[in-house]
Amino acid sequence: MSSHYEAPIRKPLVLGDKSYHDITEDIARPIETPPNKDWWIAFGISMAAFMWGVGCIIYTIGTGIGTWGLNKTVGWAWDITNFVWWVGIGHAGTLISAVLLLFRQKWRMGINRSAEAMTIFSVIQAGLFPVIHMGRPWLIYWFFPIPNQFGSLWVNFNSPLLWDVFAISTYLTVSLVFWWTGLLPDFAMIRDRAVKPFQKKIYSLISFGWSGRAKDWQRFEEVSLVLAGLATPLVLSVHTIVSFDFATSVIPGWHTTIFPPYFVAGAIFSGFAMVQTLLIIMRKVSRLESYITVQHIEMMNIVIMITGSIVGCAYITELFIAWYSGVEYEQYAFLNRATGPYWWAYFLMMSCNVVSPQVMWFKKIRTSIIWSFVISIVVNVGMWFERFVIIVTSLHRDYLPSSWTMFSPTFIDIGIFIGTIGFFFVLFLLYARSFPVVAQSEVKTILKSSGENYKKLRDK
Amino acid sequence: MSSKSLHVLFDDDDILLDAVKQIVKSKIHINEIYTPFPVHGLDKAMKLKPTNMSIATFIYGCIGFTVAIMMMNYIMIVDWPQNIGGKPSFTLIENIPSFVPIIFEMTVFFAAHLMVITFYLKSKLWPFKKAENPHPSTTDDKFLIDMETGTNVSKTKTMLKKLGAISIDVINNDEDEK
Repeated sequence: MSSHYEAPIRKPLVLGDKSYHDITEDIARPIETPPNKDWWIAFGISMAAFMWGVGCIIYTIGTGIGTWGLNKTVGWAWDITNFVWWVGIGHAGTLISAVLLLFRQKWRMGINRSAEAMTIFSVIQAGLFPVIHMGRPWLIYWFFPIPNQFGSLWVNFNSPLLWDVFAISTYLTVSLVFWWTGLLPDFAMIRDRAVKPFQKKIYSLISFGWSGRAKDWQRFEEVSLVLAGLATPLVLSVHTIVSFDFATSVIPGWHTTIFPPYFVAGAIFSGFAMVQTLLIIMRKVSRLESYITVQHIEMMNIVIMITGSIVGCAYITELFIAWYSGVEYEQYAFLNRATGPYWWAYFLMMSCNVVSPQVMWFKKIRTSIIWSFVISIVVNVGMWFERFVIIVTSLHRDYLPSSWTMFSPTFIDIGIFIGTIGFFFVLFLLYARSFPVVAQSEVKTILKSSGENYKKLRDK
Repeated sequence: MSSKSLHVLFDDDDILLDAVKQIVKSKIHINEIYTPFPVHGLDKAMKLKPTNMSIATFIYGCIGFTVAIMMMNYIMIVDWPQNIGGKPSFTLIENIPSFVPIIFEMTVFFAAHLMVITFYLKSKLWPFKKAENPHPSTTDDKFLIDMETGTNVSKTKTMLKKLGAISIDVINNDEDEK
């Protein structure tokens, strides 16, 4: 027992009187029981939203991106806003599983699996937008540096848009293998207790024949650690490169050097908010309150509060630097952002992202489930508006006042966005019924050090 | 090699770890141990060699780094230099700042994927591979040692019972092979 010592001041991460077998039972339960009515209702709504999105995407591809609300001045609007929003949300998963692994934070184990799932599902949504907005998505292979029939027509490696292609595809695939490798022992657990032959077959297939040999575990742990070491700079690089899409341009309001750190902080901020939204519901529905405890929620709230404050600092720095630069175009871009016709979007961004997370300074609020849920939604809305503000307000009043205009989305713009939200929830709901949603093999390793019953036993 | 082996089941990781240390001390060969989660210190107790996975990964990363530089040098400098936004395109060294992001991404891409592929191949993990854990509960809450019987089977059995084994099965390997 002495090797499992943990300071008594640390609160237990696994509540209740749990044994190893109880953990197995609790994690396998949602997979082995049929879904209830609420799940079907949620799935039905998500599916309907997804189908609407599919319809709008088909219409866009069939007719052209003229179906969107874009105009001569505002040539980039909801598509890139949604893209950046979804990529940002996709940042929490790898942060939780990789960065917190390097920092040896045990509380990541209750939530890492779902956060990684959310990462992969949201990066899929993000990836849709650049593909759709090409107008001719069947020419997507033009993105890749492959020898071609057009003479020496190569892709342009000086372009931040191409950097994006490499960053997003590396991020998606590396996150996917990281997630899947961690899933193997948990799939094997379900395989070995499955009674239905079909279920057994499926889980045998996807568990890749995991047997849990001592050597496998030794390699598994090393691979997890090295992957975490690789994924940590990767996750920081992805949103850095997304911010380069703007920062390397010459548009006032985009051309700022603060963009990379500011985008990364914002991405972690919105990602954690989305994890919070999803897990608060899931812990209740799948009865996982013993593994995703109020302490987990509190920890995530602290991360939300800190990254929210970093984002707030960045907003204010931007305003200061615009004034300090002495460049009148830069000054006007920011004045227009805050007080121009899009003041309401700026106001929403400021109040949702900077003001709302500050209530987390109060312990009562950051340990309240209702408050955490409400604020996580508010933050997600705020972060969408942040991207909208950056993109649209910097474009809609350009150097030529005669071309100043406003942007209004068409129902196609809205439909595609709603569709990606639907697609995301379809994937997440399917995941919640068929995947082990808590990394049970990892939780078992901390049971003796951080389990409530073991902690009590030690205190005696 | 003796044709018989023992499958010894434990229900606690600490008891297992102590037992493994004793078995190693009494010089009985352990063929394999199956556990539901990584038991820290087990690899040292059964004297497994440390894995070289991280060294391999470093080499894979170097490959990715080199491939990225060579690819972009060929495409942007050698094969068809173009003037894009005035960025210097005549030598690699001048143009390299705008290649840094992709050099980094490809380094990570190669290192991560080749490492995972190596892990899957070395640990024999792939779709349609049949699982080899002898007892299904070793992915749940039990720990299984697959070991030689030693010179005296009943003596080994008593020792294992004392060490806290919950069940001991004698496995006849000759029959398995038929």
